[in-house]
Amino acid sequence: MTTHAPAHEIPTVEGRREPDYLRVTKGFMSWVTTLDHKRIGLMYLFGVTLAFIVGGIFAMLLRAHLWNPGPDGQMFSPQDYNQLFTLHGAFMVFAFIIPAIPGSIANFALPLLIGAPDVALPKLNLASFYLWLFGTVLLSYSAITNGLDTGWTFYTPWSLKSQTAVLSAGLGVFVIGFSSIFTGLNFLVTMHKMRARGMGWFQMPLFCWAIYASSVLQVLATPVLGITVALLAFEHIYHIGVFDPAEGGDPVLFQHFFWFYSHPAVYIMILPGMGIISEVVSTHSRRPLFGYKLLAFSSIAIAVISFLVWGHHMYTSGQSEFAMQAFSFLTVLVAIPTAIKMWSWVATIWGGSIALTAPMLYAIAFLVIFTIGGLTGVYLAALAIDIHLHDTYFVVAHFHAVMMGSTAIAFFAGVHHWWPKMFGRMYNEKLASIAAIVILTGFMVTFLPQFEMGSQGMPRRYATYSEQWVGYHRASTVGAMILGAGFALMVGYLLHSLIAGRKAKPNEWGGVTLDWKCPTPPNLYNFDDEPIAGKLYDYGPTLKR
Amino acid sequence: MSHATIVTPTPEGGFQPHTVAHHFKTAEQEFQAAKFAFWLFLVTEVMLFGGLFAAYIYYHGFYPKSFQAGGSLLDWRLGALNTMFLLTSSWTMANGVRCSQLSRRKEMVVWLWWTVVLAGGFMVVKYFEYSGKFHHGIFPFTQVWHPEGHYGEVLAGVAFPKLFFNIYFTMTGIHGLHVLVGMIAIGWLIWRGGQGRFHSGWYIPVDLIGLYWHVVDLIWIFLFPLLYLVP
Ligand SMILES: [Cu+2]
Repeated sequence: MTTHAPAHEIPTVEGRREPDYLRVTKGFMSWVTTLDHKRIGLMYLFGVTLAFIVGGIFAMLLRAHLWNPGPDGQMFSPQDYNQLFTLHGAFMVFAFIIPAIPGSIANFALPLLIGAPDVALPKLNLASFYLWLFGTVLLSYSAITNGLDTGWTFYTPWSLKSQTAVLSAGLGVFVIGFSSIFTGLNFLVTMHKMRARGMGWFQMPLFCWAIYASSVLQVLATPVLGITVALLAFEHIYHIGVFDPAEGGDPVLFQHFFWFYSHPAVYIMILPGMGIISEVVSTHSRRPLFGYKLLAFSSIAIAVISFLVWGHHMYTSGQSEFAMQAFSFLTVLVAIPTAIKMWSWVATIWGGSIALTAPMLYAIAFLVIFTIGGLTGVYLAALAIDIHLHDTYFVVAHFHAVMMGSTAIAFFAGVHHWWPKMFGRMYNEKLASIAAIVILTGFMVTFLPQFEMGSQGMPRRYATYSEQWVGYHRASTVGAMILGAGFALMVGYLLHSLIAGRKAKPNEWGGVTLDWKCPTPPNLYNFDDEPIAGKLYDYGPTLKR
Repeated sequence: MSHATIVTPTPEGGFQPHTVAHHFKTAEQEFQAAKFAFWLFLVTEVMLFGGLFAAYIYYHGFYPKSFQAGGSLLDWRLGALNTMFLLTSSWTMANGVRCSQLSRRKEMVVWLWWTVVLAGGFMVVKYFEYSGKFHHGIFPFTQVWHPEGHYGEVLAGVAFPKLFFNIYFTMTGIHGLHVLVGMIAIGWLIWRGGQGRFHSGWYIPVDLIGLYWHVVDLIWIFLFPLLYLVP
């Protein structure tokens, strides 16, 4: 990064004191070597969107395959179908959802929200991006060469026997894991050491609290994924025996290791989304968040409990009855902080001056779908019911309700919320509202039939199915195509806005957090003058209805 | 928002000045951020080894006899010698860190050299331990498995003795890798320290690599009894 010239030497640009971060330097190299958190955030945004498109294409292909019950009249062979759902899962989980919000939205907005000129470790931040890129390239390489058919969970012993590209995909996951660790570490240091003058812990916007909780999980849980994947690779190449029953190893240990990471990982995915929803519902209904401290502590509570519940993925794998009951009880506990969040958001909107802007519509879609995802999670946590629902489409639908319907939609809410800040341009709001409604509809059409099928016993990951579920599967396939159309529309109007969108107002939504108090788009080091944190979420005198 | 360039105070005696990175308001903030970040990194190291320790405990529960037999074939005297090496090297490292804080350049370099020498001693002992195992037909990470002589007798009849040795080689191997990385890092400190890069105004790298070295030491303190003594 160039040394910063004194302000008086910089020519005034459209009434700005300094040129914005998009224009301060030019050229390809200025982007790929940037240490600016905002540019790194945009590179992530671009990258994870590509990963989302790839994962999405896999999803639409596998839904198309399931149009007919088979085995005749289906698009792919059962082997290819196994690869499709595996690659869909691996791309969506590791290359998209885990890095999406921390990498793009938090990278862009977190330093702004706490009034900092950058993250604490800008070089590590760039390194995280390149690690993510390298890992994603490895995943793509695996997809193109031998494919992958182990499921995104890499369960042993099949992952030891499979002839597909387990090693390169595993290395990809390992590398992306380090990217995620470094991102989380960076945000924790940033929040601890870089907050603006006057900003105590409880003057931090709630998005920061959510990122704090997910960062703790990234730092604590991801190393266990690293060592698990390393052991899996050793097992695969050298047959060291840790996971292979033929050598005295126990495949269940792999499951313990994997879920010790991957359960916290689902909160690495959802917590940042919850943080975005907090900011969006507050800003767009012009009310301070209801129950600030409860929202903050519920994020921390979710993070803590999430370390003690991994066994709920293994109710049928062989654990002691006591362990299963303990895991079931602890899992149900997560519903408490989660419900607190739901009530707080609804209470925030209640009586507010609600603007049905695009970010707000996405947030409302989140609230609707997350209620479904959260409540069905309680079903699955309950031991007896889960034995019946285990490995059925009910699980698939629940997981997609919290991951796709909640995290991904929260991510889009965040993209729409901060888009004018990022680029200084506005998208077509009418099209954005239409896309939000299309996506919400598409979600319901895709996944409500899956809940029903699953409760009737339709197993997940099967290439074929019995005649009785033809109607459900076809509805689900139609829904997936609706979702695809909604996302295509979104990408279309967002790209269009970069070229022909109207110029955004300096404070497009009338936000009151610090991110709206720096120039739009921000300067290279964000603020004109050093920001001083005042009262949080201060919208002035509340409107009475 | 831009800050004036901050240069930390540089003592007399050919030391190089340190410029605080542009995005920090004070040198103190930079120091605190680096230190906190490094502690978090060390936490990830502990979690990584934690996974290996969990695997050890899990299989110790499965095959206590195999672990007993395998452990009895490790020479606790060599393990103890290595423990002495690492404990002493932690002490020399701590002295090196202290000298860097007091701007005693020459003494710091000497202490760091001692640390590298002791770490080298650890690696040499490890080399003899490993090659002794190979000599008796115990090859880690291969399908080759033909324990000879005394080894064959002890391991005869216990279930999956290979698993114990593979866990032993994985744990000590990854730990040894950390020792090696530490030696390279300390070598870098010696090089830059000799040029006068570290002094009372800026000694973060010495401080942090020192912390890393203590954690590597600490992990060995757990590995030694678990592998050599407990079985
Ligand atoms: Cu879980």
